[in-house]
Amino acid sequence: MTPDLLTWLIPVPPLLAFFLIVLFTNKDKVLSHTIALVGIGLSWIWSLSIFLRVLGVEHFGEEENVIASSIPWLPVGAESLPMGVLVDPLTAVMLFFVSLACLMIFIYSVGYSNFGKPLDPHDQPGQPPHNGIEPLYSRFFAFLSLFAFGMLTLVVADNVLLMFIGWEIMGLCSYLLIGFWYARDYPDPKQITPRRAAVKAFMTTRVGDVLMLLGIVYLYFQTGTLSFREIMHANGGQAVSMLAGLDSFIPGLSVAGLIGLLLFAGTVGKSAQFPLHVWLPDAMEGPTPVSAMIHAATMVSAGVYAMVRLFPLLSAGWHHGGPLTPPMMAMAAIGAFTALFAATIAVAQNDVKKVLAYSTISQLGYMIAALGIGAYIAAAFHLVTHAFFKALLFLGSGSVIHGVEHGQHHVAHEASHSAKHEASAEAHDPSHNQQSAISNQQSFDPQNMLNMGGLRQKMPVTFWTFLIGGLALSGFPLITAGFWSKDAILGGAWEGEHFIVFAVLAVAAFLTAFYTMRQISLTFLGQPRTQAAEHAKENVWTMTLPLVILSFFAVTAGWVGIPEDFPVLGGLLPNWFHEFVGGTLLEHPPAEVFNLIPLATSLVVALGGLALGWLVYRNIPAGAEDPLQRALGPIHTLLKNKYYFDELYDFIFVRPVRWLSEVFVSAWMDKGLIDGLLHWIGRTSMRLGDAFRNYFDAPIINGAGDLVGEGVKRFGNSFRVIQTGKVQYYLLITMVAVIALGGVFLIFTR
Amino acid sequence: MIPLSWYLTLAAALFCIGLYGVLARKNAVAILMGIELMLNAVNINLVAFWHYLTPTTVSGQMFAIIVFVVAASEAAVGLALIISIYRRRNTVVAEEIDLMKW
Amino acid sequence: MTPLQLIFLFTGAAILISAVMVVVAHNLVHAALWLVVSLFGVAVLFVLLEAGFLAAVQVVLYIGAIAILIIFAIMLTRRVMQDSGPQTNQQWWLSALIAVALFVALLWTLSQVAYPLANVPVPESYLITLGRSFVDPNQYALPFEVASVLLLVALIGSIVIAGEKGK
Repeated sequence: MTPDLLTWLIPVPPLLAFFLIVLFTNKDKVLSHTIALVGIGLSWIWSLSIFLRVLGVEHFGEEENVIASSIPWLPVGAESLPMGVLVDPLTAVMLFFVSLACLMIFIYSVGYSNFGKPLDPHDQPGQPPHNGIEPLYSRFFAFLSLFAFGMLTLVVADNVLLMFIGWEIMGLCSYLLIGFWYARDYPDPKQITPRRAAVKAFMTTRVGDVLMLLGIVYLYFQTGTLSFREIMHANGGQAVSMLAGLDSFIPGLSVAGLIGLLLFAGTVGKSAQFPLHVWLPDAMEGPTPVSAMIHAATMVSAGVYAMVRLFPLLSAGWHHGGPLTPPMMAMAAIGAFTALFAATIAVAQNDVKKVLAYSTISQLGYMIAALGIGAYIAAAFHLVTHAFFKALLFLGSGSVIHGVEHGQHHVAHEASHSAKHEASAEAHDPSHNQQSAISNQQSFDPQNMLNMGGLRQKMPVTFWTFLIGGLALSGFPLITAGFWSKDAILGGAWEGEHFIVFAVLAVAAFLTAFYTMRQISLTFLGQPRTQAAEHAKENVWTMTLPLVILSFFAVTAGWVGIPEDFPVLGGLLPNWFHEFVGGTLLEHPPAEVFNLIPLATSLVVALGGLALGWLVYRNIPAGAEDPLQRALGPIHTLLKNKYYFDELYDFIFVRPVRWLSEVFVSAWMDKGLIDGLLHWIGRTSMRLGDAFRNYFDAPIINGAGDLVGEGVKRFGNSFRVIQTGKVQYYLLITMVAVIALGGVFLIFTR
Repeated sequence: MIPLSWYLTLAAALFCIGLYGVLARKNAVAILMGIELMLNAVNINLVAFWHYLTPTTVSGQMFAIIVFVVAASEAAVGLALIISIYRRRNTVVAEEIDLMKW
Repeated sequence: MTPLQLIFLFTGAAILISAVMVVVAHNLVHAALWLVVSLFGVAVLFVLLEAGFLAAVQVVLYIGAIAILIIFAIMLTRRVMQDSGPQTNQQWWLSALIAVALFVALLWTLSQVAYPLANVPVPESYLITLGRSFVDPNQYALPFEVASVLLLVALIGSIVIAGEKGK
């Protein structure tokens, strides 16, 4: 099979799986997950084969040395917009980790959805399952497959339009999956439900998507093409330089700059950067594999991938060491700010998944900032490593939650048993005990880290893999992948003399290490703080195996990108990543010059943050408050409430729109004006009809008809007297007539 | 020689007298008598014409004979009708036989 | 004035006067008798016109049958002395007017025409011709038969009409 045909085929199996499950095998759970796993499995095998094939190619990525294939698709005027695939070094690397991460998540979902347990009659479809298999099991895998299709399409796309199509498919799937438990409701009205979270995600990313679409249109308008190679590679990048030279209608901004900013807006939405970050934490309402998929491996990475892919356009007119272009400046500013901003919020969160959500936002900020300062390779590197350890952390958190829930069921079961015992012993208030046990169950939040603790002994595999992931996230030196990629970013910032960015990212790195260690300590170390944690146990192999595999990559993935002049280790392994991925651009980016300062900074902040976190949080007893709360006081409340951004947006945007739709359009315009108009027309027509009938039809037309009849009747009445019944009378009349006629005849025929 | 016109005049006068009798008399039988006068006037006309215009053919007389036959049968039937009506309604006054009134 | 004309005038006067009496007479029997006189006068006229056979038929048929029949009818339909009261109906004046008008009209019409007189005497054997023509299929045999049927029909019809109901 030729490589381009294989590339075409890569997104297809998950799509087929989606249709098959939705149309045919929805009822059969085993068949559905088999189809889904086979689909993603095939995509993974084919992606891997493409990756291995291109590894051996010399100078892959230059000129025609890529796998490319396209067909004309959408006729536009005299030409057609093409649809096609492209595999260059960046694509190959993306295919590798995206398909692997997706496969891990699919396998994990089998266990997470409690496959193997019978269907619990108390479970409603649309509610998360308590102890039985997920009622909407097949649907979950169908949506996951569609999601994988969207991402793979985006990765292999060779033009901006097809990439955008994959982008939007993923937007749809994120909506479907975040709101997967659509019937879930909370007693506290302030807490967002999955349904609302799904809509929120869709709406917020939509803002970015619209601007991105504007950018795409503008790009097509200026260059007449949307193909990546044509825009950024053909004729030595002539199109891009042309765009950089043109002035847009905004003074001081070139066309390339404006397009870049518009396209960046899409990434701000999709990758949850400030100010469109509000949807990602609430997207944690979805099942954990979804969070892992969307917010680690695929969707948010798509935003960064788009920027990496379009880097030549964004950096048009920039050369290494020179001043940054406007899109790059925007990216550096927003990325760095978001990294710090999200890290501060993560410090004060108690929900295990929310910490990871803010961590994702922060890490994405890192990547965007890296691109903003021109550290292309570093950004791509961090994208790859982050996918591995963040997916690992999310899946690990899901495993933790599952374990704690299991412990909680155990506790509730025992409580109801003991309540039954007590009921048989004292017949007085058996309901009382049972009630308290049940109410305890309902208000118990299995995701709150303050309800955990001591899980290191209860769930060892989860603990060790989570620890590896956490260390990678913090940038623990040498043995974790995160260290190498984060160090590359810091090094690039220092080298480009973007000191503000450097400082901000360094502080963010410190906070990252701190809150990661806080999370690990609260969850796994110390003593169990609740009964549920006491009775937690390790999960089934379908959940733990992906953790192990991902942790392997979390450790080793960094070793393909060791800079050449790193002390001791540099030179042992070639900086394969830099060489390979660097071939995506027209000119290889220059190798990083090694500097001790960023390395030292990165070591200090990573180790310092980890140490501080361990010290503060290693032994928090049950019921105690967070020590940070005492330390920071009111600032802590601010951080915990995410700087009140949701409330701000609700006030500025959501409420006016709701007023507009509910009051203005619905009540005033629709019911008042339009309905009123229609009613008025109806009433007036009726009145007109009545008037016609009473004043025209009845008197005039009926009258005329009646008049004719009446007239004939009266005439006949007056004429009938001739018929006297007397024969002689008739004869007389006859004779009169004869004479008269005869006279007339005679006179006129003289 | 008696001029033809004398005969014709006579016949016309007889006819008109008969007509007056038909139209003006109350009694039904008297009406019938008037009818007989009219028919006689017709006969006079016919025979006069025969005699003065075509005496060699028989068609004039034949016509007159047919008129006789008709008059006879008509008188018979008419009188039978009158008798029948008299039996039913006990009257022969033509004015009183007006059931066909409106 | 030739004697024939004199006879004619006399006969004509008789006819007309008796006809007038017919239509004027109060007593119906008198009217019937005046009718007989009138009919007799017509018979004389036929003789004057050299149609002797027709005169005979007139006497036999009209006077002998029809007039008698009329008298019978008068007798049969007499109510008690109904000869009193006016014998003419309401619009007698209009009838008189019409009769006069008709007479005038007829006279006038007759005066307009000039009749082509054939000055040929009546053939002697006209009666034989007449008789033969009754039975000659090429001549008037059919009208003869039809007339017979008509008489038959009238006969039966009047019996039916005037016959008493049931018994």
